[in-house]
Amino acid sequence: MSADGPSLGRRRVMMALPLAGAGVVGAAFWGMLSGMQKGSFNPHDINAPSAGRPVPDFAVMDQTPGVGFSSHDLQAITAPVLINFFASWCIPCIAEMPQLLKLRDRLPIWGIAYKDKPDNAAGFLRHAGNPYARIGSDFEGRVAIDWGVSGVPESFLIAPDGKIVWHGAAGLNNDEVQNALDAALGQTKR
Amino acid sequence: MFQRGRHASVALAAMLFLAPVLASAVDDPSEMLPDPKQEARAEAIGSQLRCLVCQNESIEDSSAGLARDLRKVVREHVAKGENQQQVIAWMVSRYGDFIRLSPPVTVATLLLWGMPALALLAGIVGAVVIFRKKPQAAPLTDEERARLEELSRER
Repeated sequence: MSADGPSLGRRRVMMALPLAGAGVVGAAFWGMLSGMQKGSFNPHDINAPSAGRPVPDFAVMDQTPGVGFSSHDLQAITAPVLINFFASWCIPCIAEMPQLLKLRDRLPIWGIAYKDKPDNAAGFLRHAGNPYARIGSDFEGRVAIDWGVSGVPESFLIAPDGKIVWHGAAGLNNDEVQNALDAALGQTKR
Repeated sequence: MFQRGRHASVALAAMLFLAPVLASAVDDPSEMLPDPKQEARAEAIGSQLRCLVCQNESIEDSSAGLARDLRKVVREHVAKGENQQQVIAWMVSRYGDFIRLSPPVTVATLLLWGMPALALLAGIVGAVVIFRKKPQAAPLTDEERARLEELSRER
């Protein structure tokens, strides 16, 4: 039997190549999707490069019922401090609050109210509880940009030398505190 | 009814085509720089920066609060006379490379950037391999030749 066109072997290769290509692409997608489900891969991650850097130059005015602070105050701390950006209009901030209220007993938390009217922020802290040792107001949202904040809530762990040790770009939950924050906290003490 | 449905779909299609034109502008004209040249430069820079809230829009296209703030920052820097590289470096130092809508060429993105060239190369190699080996018709055996002659004679 004489074959018209490509031989049988070449036909097999031509059939197999696109299938192999689709297989590779499929495996890659499967890897990404399963990573997204397990939380090991997040395409929306911003990965702002703040960890390992000194705190940016900034100052936030007093936010009732607390006292504002600046980069100088953070450079002068003698124990680790958690900086937490929050807002009264932010629902994940409400969800995060019990975690912060638990955390404040072992780690001082300084809050920054992000793009929030001072009255609203004060009302929020009256109702949800106030975990903050000091509170400043970033009404314009410009301080948050210098910190690389893209949305509230976000937290930063500051070591006594005024360096950012850890950045959490989402609300704190049990997992995050136990796995990420506590590990970073251990580093500051070593 | 059918007629009206068609009119509606034409209108919808027109809106979809026009929407990007209408949307690509700042929310509030007072945000814009007074100098049209500087404003154009700011827009060109802003359209390369990702809105980190909506993520697949540039800060020029987005109406998210953060995008508005970042637009303002871009315009302040442009008004100070900074060039595109300086403004983008300022943004990247705060938000990382993710804020750039087109990723820079690094070791990690080399495959991504090289993919069009690689795909073209693979296609050319494949085509050359396939076309160089032109299938050669097998020579007829004596038996086949005899049969062919017989068939042509029958006509």
